[in-house]
Amino acid sequence: MNTVIFRTAAPLIVATMLVFSVYVCLRGHNEPGGGFIGGLIAAASIAVFGMASGVPAVRRALKVDPLAIASFGVLLAGFSGLLSLFIHAPFMTSIWLYLELGDTTVPLSTPMFFDIGVYFVVFGTLSAIALALESDHEEDL
Amino acid sequence: MGLSLDASIALVALAPFLAAILAPFIHRLAGSYSAWILAIVPAGIVMLLIRLAEPVIAGGTIAAAIDWVPSYGLTLAFFLDGLSLVFALTIAGIGALIVLYSGAYLKGHPHQGRFLAYLLAFMGSMLGLVLADNMLALFMFWEATSITSFLLIGFDHNRQAARRGAIQALVITNIGGMCLLVGAIVAQHLSGTWLLSELRGLEGVLKDSALYGLVLALFIGAAFTKSAQFPLHFWLPNAMEAPTPVSAFLHSATMVQAGVYLLGRMTPVLGGTSVWTGVLVAFGGVTLIWGALGALKETDLKQILAQTTIASLGLLVLLIGLGSEAAIAAMLVYFVAHACYKAGLFMVAGAVDHEAGTRDITALGGLADKMPVTFIGAALAALSMVGLPLTVGYFAKEEMYLALVGGDWLMLVVLALLVIGNALLAGVALIVMIRPFLGDALPTPKSAHEAPVAMLAGPILLGGAGVVAGLLPDWLGHDVLAPGATAILGHAVEPHLKLALDLASPLIWLSALTWLLGIVVFRQAHAIRTVLRRLSAGLGWSADTVFDAVMFGLIRFAATVTRALHHGKLEFYLVVVFVALAVALFWPMLALGGLDWIVPTAELGDWSKRLVLPELRPYEWGVVLLAVLGLLAVLIAQSRLIAILSLGIQGTALALIFLLFGAPDLAFTQLMVEVLSVVILTIVMTNLRLDARDHRPFEDWARDGTLAVVCGAGVSLLLMLVLTGTLDTRLSDFFTATSVPIAHGANIVNVILVDYRGFDTLGEISVVMGAGIAILALLRRRKKAEGAGP
Repeated sequence: MNTVIFRTAAPLIVATMLVFSVYVCLRGHNEPGGGFIGGLIAAASIAVFGMASGVPAVRRALKVDPLAIASFGVLLAGFSGLLSLFIHAPFMTSIWLYLELGDTTVPLSTPMFFDIGVYFVVFGTLSAIALALESDHEEDL
Repeated sequence: MGLSLDASIALVALAPFLAAILAPFIHRLAGSYSAWILAIVPAGIVMLLIRLAEPVIAGGTIAAAIDWVPSYGLTLAFFLDGLSLVFALTIAGIGALIVLYSGAYLKGHPHQGRFLAYLLAFMGSMLGLVLADNMLALFMFWEATSITSFLLIGFDHNRQAARRGAIQALVITNIGGMCLLVGAIVAQHLSGTWLLSELRGLEGVLKDSALYGLVLALFIGAAFTKSAQFPLHFWLPNAMEAPTPVSAFLHSATMVQAGVYLLGRMTPVLGGTSVWTGVLVAFGGVTLIWGALGALKETDLKQILAQTTIASLGLLVLLIGLGSEAAIAAMLVYFVAHACYKAGLFMVAGAVDHEAGTRDITALGGLADKMPVTFIGAALAALSMVGLPLTVGYFAKEEMYLALVGGDWLMLVVLALLVIGNALLAGVALIVMIRPFLGDALPTPKSAHEAPVAMLAGPILLGGAGVVAGLLPDWLGHDVLAPGATAILGHAVEPHLKLALDLASPLIWLSALTWLLGIVVFRQAHAIRTVLRRLSAGLGWSADTVFDAVMFGLIRFAATVTRALHHGKLEFYLVVVFVALAVALFWPMLALGGLDWIVPTAELGDWSKRLVLPELRPYEWGVVLLAVLGLLAVLIAQSRLIAILSLGIQGTALALIFLLFGAPDLAFTQLMVEVLSVVILTIVMTNLRLDARDHRPFEDWARDGTLAVVCGAGVSLLLMLVLTGTLDTRLSDFFTATSVPIAHGANIVNVILVDYRGFDTLGEISVVMGAGIAILALLRRRKKAEGAGP
C-alpha cells in the first residue's frame, strides 16, 4: 500500500477532499450535502493521509487532538442553540442574519453553526478512531 | 439591606454552598485561620434567621420561590415557619461552632480546605432540607446531605473502616432517599401539589386515600433510615469513623435529625392515625432502649455517644408518634436540648482524644486537673443530658412525662419505657462526665493539656446555652416551643413552660426516680457492660453482619448476571442481535396478517402474473447487476480483504441506486459511509493479523447463513409491504411546504436535521462523540496490554 505513487498523490487527494468537504458542508442547507457528509469526507481524507504518511505526521499536521475537535463540535452545536436565549425564544430557535458584502448577500444563521458543529463532531470522532487504528504504537494514541 | 425579607431565605440555603466552593481557596490563602473566616457564613446565617424570627414567632410564615421548570409548575420554593426556624437556627448555630472547632482539630492537615468545603456543603444541604417547600427540592437536599455526609464520613479514605462506614451510611440513607422520592411523587399525585405548605392545608387528602398505607410506609421508611431507627440503626455507630467534628455535627443536630424533621413536617397530613402512632411509638421505644443499652456496652467515648444518639432519636420519634400537644412540645424542647448537649459532648470527646491520645474511658481518668475548661464544658452538657433543673434537658423530660401522665395503661407502659430509657441515658451521661475527668489520673498516650480556644468554644457555649435556655423558660416556650408546635400541629399552641418545683405533682417524682435509677446505672456500669457484652457475643450476629451478607450477596449476584449476559463472545452477541431483528421483523407481519398480499388472489390466478419484472433502463440493470456481483464475491472470496472490498462494491452500487432514483443526499452519505467502513474494516483486519480465511464448522456456517437469509428476506418483505399501502405524505408535504419559507433552506433533509429536529441531532452527535471516546478507551487498553506483554 505504501507505494511512491500513493505517497506522492496522497497530499493532493487529501487537500482536495478537505476543501470539498467544507464546500459540501456549507452548501448543505440548499443543495445535497451538510455537516454530516462533510465530516465523513474530511474523516476519510484523514484516514487516507494516515495511511500514506503515517500517523505521527498526521497528528503533527492536525496540531489539535481529533477528539478535542469533536468536543468543540458538540459545544459549538450546543451554543448555537443557546444563542436564541438572547432573543427570549425557546432553545434552538433559529436566528438569521443577512450580511450585505458588496453586491452579494451572505446569510449567516444559527443552523449553519449547528451544522458546522456536526461537521466537527463527525470529523473529529472518526479521525480519532481511524488514527488510533492505524497507529501501531501506544504513544500515538 | 438590599434584599427583600423573603428572598433572603433562599440565600440562607444557598450561601453555604458558595462558601464551600470558596473554602479551598480561602484555606490556601489564610491557612489555619481559614476556619475563623469561614465561620462567618454560618454565623451570618444565624443573625439573618434571628432577624426573620420575629414574624415567624408572631405566627406567620415567610416564603420565597425561584422558578425552576415553569412549564411543569415546578419552583425552587423555600419557606420558613416555626419548625424550620428551630431546625435552621440549630443547624447554623452549631455549624458555626463546628467550623471553628474543625479549624483547630484538623490543624495542619493537608486537606483541611477540602474538609471545610464538604462541611459547608453539608450545612447548605441541611439548611435547604429544612427550608424547602417543594417536595422535590426537599428530596434533592435530602440526597445532598447523604452524599456530603458520605464524603465527610469517608474523609480519612485511606482507612478501610472509614470507607466501609461511608458506604454503609450512603447505602442505607439512599434507600430512604428513594422512599422519599416515591413517597413525594405519590403524595403529589394524590394531592396535586408539590408544595409542603399547600399540602399542610389539605388534611384529609392523604389520610382518607386508599394509598395512605403506601405513602405512610414510604415516608416512614425515609425517616427511619435517616434517623437510624431500629433495625436500621447500625450505620450510625460505624459512621463514627468520621473525624470528630463530623460526628459532632452530623450525628447530633443535623443529618440524623432530618428524619425527625420529616416526620414532624408530615404530622398534619399523615399523623394522628392509629397506624402512625403504633409504628412510631413501637419503633421509637425499641430504638430508645436498644441505643441506651448499646451505649452502656461501649467504652469508646465516641461510640458511647453514637449509641445515645440512636436512643435519643428513638425518643424523638416516639414523641412525634404520640402526637399530643405536650408530646410535640416535649419533642421540640428535647431536640434543642439534645442538639446542644450532644454536639458539646462530641466536641469534648474529640478534645480529649486530641489532647490525651485516647478515647477509651477505661484508660482515662483525672483529666479535670489538666483540662479544667473542657471538664466544665463536659459537665454542663452532661447535666443537661441528665436533666437536672435549671437546664433545658429538665424541661424536655418534664414535658414528655406530662404528655403521658394520666393516660390509659398503654400510656403508662410507654411512660415506664421513657423513665427507663431516660435513666439509662442519665447513667451514660454520668459515665461520660465523671470517668475521664475525675478519679485517679491515669497515664495517657499523650501528656494531656488544655485544648485550644477554638475547640473549647463549642462545648462551653453549647453547654452554657443549655443552662441559659433552662433559666429562661418563658423565652423558650414563647419563641421556640409555641411556633414550632403550631407548625407541626396546625393549630395555635400556647407555651406553658415554667420553672417551678411543685412537689405535689407526679412529674417531679418521676424525674427523681429517673435520676435515682441513673445513679444506680452509673454505679453498676461495669457489671452491666459485662452482661451486655456476654449477651451480644452469645447472639453471634448483628444488623451489621446482615448488612455485610446482603452487600456481599448483591455483588455476587451482579457478578453472576454480568457473566451470564456479558460473556465476551462476539459471535454470540451478533446471533442474539440478529435473531431479535428477525423476530421483530416477522412477528408483526405474521400477527397482523401483513403477508396475505403475497398469496395470489383469485383474479390473478397464478404466481407468474403476480411476479413481474420492473421496467428498468439498461444502465439501471447494470447497477443492480453490480450489487449482485458484489454480494456473490463476498460469499466466495478467499481472503478477508477481498470480502471487505466486495462488500464495498455492493454498498457503492446501492449508493448509485439511491442517486438514480432521486435521493442524492442519501446516496452521498451512503457512499461516504461505504468508503470509511472499507477503510476502517481493512485497518482493523490487518491489525488483527488473522489467517487468510478461517475454516468454520458447517453448523456455524449454516446457522449464520440461515439468519442472514431470514433477516434479509424480512427486511425486503417489510419494504414491499410498505410500498403496497398508500404513503401518508402529510409530514413530507409539511416539510416541502415550509422548508423554504420558515427555515430558509431548500435541502429538506438537511433542514430537518439542523433545524426542525435539531435537538435530536444534538443528542445524536453527543452519542457519536461518546462512542468515539469508548472506542478509543478500548483500543488504548488493548495497546497497553500489548505493550506490557513480552
